[in-house]
Amino acid sequence: MTQTEMLNDPKYQKFVARNRVNKVALVLSVLAMGFGLLWLVWILYETLVLGIGGLSFATLTQDTPNPGEEGGGLANAIFGSFLMVSIATLIGTPIGIMAGIYLAEYNPKGALSVITRFVNDILLSAPSIVIGLFVYNMLLFAHFKAFSGWAGSIALALIVIPVVIRTTENMLSLVPPGLREAAYALGTPKWKVIISITLRSAQAGVVTGVLLAVARISGETAPLLLTALSNQFWSADLSSPMASLPVTIFKFAMSPHENWQQLAWAGVFLITIAVLGLNILARSITSQKN
Amino acid sequence: MSISSINPQKNSLDSANYSHFKDRTMDVPPSPKSTRYSSLADQVFGFLALLSVCFTLLVLFGILFSLVLGAWPAIDHFGLGFLTSTLWDPVKQEFGGLVMIYGTIATSIIALAVAVPVSFGIAIFLTELSPSWLKRPLGTAIELLAAIPSIVYGMWGLLVFSPLLATYIQLPLQKILKGVPLLGSLVSGPPVGIGILSAGIILAIMIIPFISSVMRDVFEVTPPLLKESAYGLGATTWEVISKVVLPYTKAGVVGGVMLGLGRALGETMAVTFVIGNINQLSSMSLFSAANSITSVLASEFAEASEGLHKASLIYLGLVLFFITFVVLSLSKVMLAQLRKSEGTKS
Repeated sequence: MTQTEMLNDPKYQKFVARNRVNKVALVLSVLAMGFGLLWLVWILYETLVLGIGGLSFATLTQDTPNPGEEGGGLANAIFGSFLMVSIATLIGTPIGIMAGIYLAEYNPKGALSVITRFVNDILLSAPSIVIGLFVYNMLLFAHFKAFSGWAGSIALALIVIPVVIRTTENMLSLVPPGLREAAYALGTPKWKVIISITLRSAQAGVVTGVLLAVARISGETAPLLLTALSNQFWSADLSSPMASLPVTIFKFAMSPHENWQQLAWAGVFLITIAVLGLNILARSITSQKN
Repeated sequence: MSISSINPQKNSLDSANYSHFKDRTMDVPPSPKSTRYSSLADQVFGFLALLSVCFTLLVLFGILFSLVLGAWPAIDHFGLGFLTSTLWDPVKQEFGGLVMIYGTIATSIIALAVAVPVSFGIAIFLTELSPSWLKRPLGTAIELLAAIPSIVYGMWGLLVFSPLLATYIQLPLQKILKGVPLLGSLVSGPPVGIGILSAGIILAIMIIPFISSVMRDVFEVTPPLLKESAYGLGATTWEVISKVVLPYTKAGVVGGVMLGLGRALGETMAVTFVIGNINQLSSMSLFSAANSITSVLASEFAEASEGLHKASLIYLGLVLFFITFVVLSLSKVMLAQLRKSEGTKS
């Protein structure tokens, strides 16, 4: 077979065509990867550049300014966020860990656990604004004041719980059964096996889950809009409306005032650094363990 | 897995049986008192765990119950006609949710149209093409996209992305498609950069990490034997993916897309920033400002008057929750199906 004959062979041509399709597909795949990374780099770049521009010492020490007023900072919003995120984590983490323990240690195959896993996955991806609506309605029915720092903390706690349940259960089920059996064989009661053997060996993973949950609620805005509202002044009173960084950013970014927009960028910068920092910290904890 | 069913109470020795141990020179056995204390602690601990689980279940039912109760005045007053009416007039107390429902669905469809092919490409890259030392950092980078708070996306979208979209995409598109039926009307209206299209694109960026990580995970469960057989027969990488991996992981891929859809439907802040917040459905243009369920809740709820206005907003929240619940349930079922077949085929 001469070379031209071979090139004209329909089988060879089909081979060439298949290779061409393959190349096109793979090039598109590389482009898709680049497309995804482009946004990450672009968003981070703009946040850094514009955020550092708006950042000053006053941002961390002064309260939010009035519309049109010069200067001012985000101190009350940062404090409010910190307070509500801390309380939400303190409420949500124990409930999440206990529920995760139930799913992994007490009743892994029971009907209750199957239903709970299903419900938990729904809650994990449910729109966060609906959580805000839920807390608002509940407080209204119970005749509490609807807009308060407590309401915001509860709404955030409800977002923490599913994240912690998921990671706790996953991490506990990775603990080798041999460890548990050895502990039981020594006559250790179940609660002690769980706390000092399984939970301890899954510690890194559970901490990762909690950190990821904290990262997630630090940036949550929607539920706080319906629960904690905002407050222009420094306030540690959880029973009244409370400022938070994301809500303040939202308010300031949508406004026409130059100074407010600058502060909003500074806030975006702080939030991005905090959230990405927590994420990277969480990942490094698990990768060290592995 | 029998270990979890063992009851430590049964294992611990009865106090009566200890007596014959006492004569021997052995370590002092645990006192019966501490055993009893342990069993009480066990019960308390187990009860707390059960309580936490029940609490989680209650939250879901609580959400449903509270939304129905809160929306009741509006449900009672407007009935299902609420879903087909486009009128939203707080002054006349007339409310209909079609504009927002349309906005939510339109932005999510655009988001899926952009995000699904891109996520597919990313998943292929991460499972088949990437050198192994790059897999982890690149995978993490894409996952970090999901970690960026939505308010950051919103602000970036409004102040950085929208102006660029208006000048470099919307204007040229309008010039090219001017006069073309159908397509021309899709791009009509002032090209200001905010509206359904930009909201859809930003949603797409936000859901890419969710869809691509599910796709990557399900691609990785394809048994290597199947892939290697195909390669052995001379298949190209693309043929292996499209004819072996994809059919095998079909259910999981659809599940991942559903998960992304669920996220897109419920995303609030990013959409609120860039959709324009106008409660009208004047044209079918993708460039026009609109409103979605989440954005109307975010921008109107705190200031809404008690009564029908608030109830109508909660009604919209209920509709949103219902849609996302169905979508996310489907996603779960699809992913579970893949896991089941994984157990039998391999």
